[in-house]
Amino acid sequence: MRDIHEHTAGEDLIIKTSVRLMVPFIQVFGLYVIVHGHYSPGGGFQGGVILGASFILLALAFGMKTSQEYMTVGVNAVLNNLGPAIFIGVGVLCTLFGGLFLDYSALDKLIPLGPVEWRSFGIFLIEIGVGVAVMSIMVLLYWNLSSGGSMDEGL
Amino acid sequence: MIWQLDLMILTLVVICALVAINIKDLLGASVVFGIYSFLMCLLWAEMGAVDVAFTEATVGAGVSTIFFIAAILRTTRRSRD
Repeated sequence: MRDIHEHTAGEDLIIKTSVRLMVPFIQVFGLYVIVHGHYSPGGGFQGGVILGASFILLALAFGMKTSQEYMTVGVNAVLNNLGPAIFIGVGVLCTLFGGLFLDYSALDKLIPLGPVEWRSFGIFLIEIGVGVAVMSIMVLLYWNLSSGGSMDEGL
Repeated sequence: MIWQLDLMILTLVVICALVAINIKDLLGASVVFGIYSFLMCLLWAEMGAVDVAFTEATVGAGVSTIFFIAAILRTTRRSRD
């Protein structure tokens, strides 16, 4: 196995500047894809992958330590569990208010918006859960793959 | 659906798949696999499945290529078989 330090990208002004310019727009686009998931192509999974790719791009250009300053390992672990918790939580909340699992119209008893509005809005809540989970899992996969499981330094 | 465009993209998809299997350089294979994913994305979009095309573009062409490259960095670059 070759030494990993020979193959780190080094300091490159063009890559660093372009990544610094691109990352905010990528993240805004990822949020747009999540929020518009139930009107247009896209959704929680695709938007989550785009948000995760922005952090992966930070790790590629500035090193893994810099990406872990913006999303620490602890925050990543919390988000890993928060995403499925939002998904399951919304589903269970629906059953607590007398509907079936993920039957959003039952949430009308919690906040009266009308069952039709709730069927649209409930999908949005689910998409947020999926997006958070996919984003953190993608970043975690990249950290583990490129550092061989130690998550301290790598590509 | 334009069958000429369909046929052209499909031919390129088959060529990219054969190249990705047969190439000895693993980094090259992962790049060709990224091209394959993007051509599949074009094919999905051309057939009207825009949501699937979106997923293919983000996951297939975007993130999985980076994952392959990150995995290759931990192994050897040349394939022996």
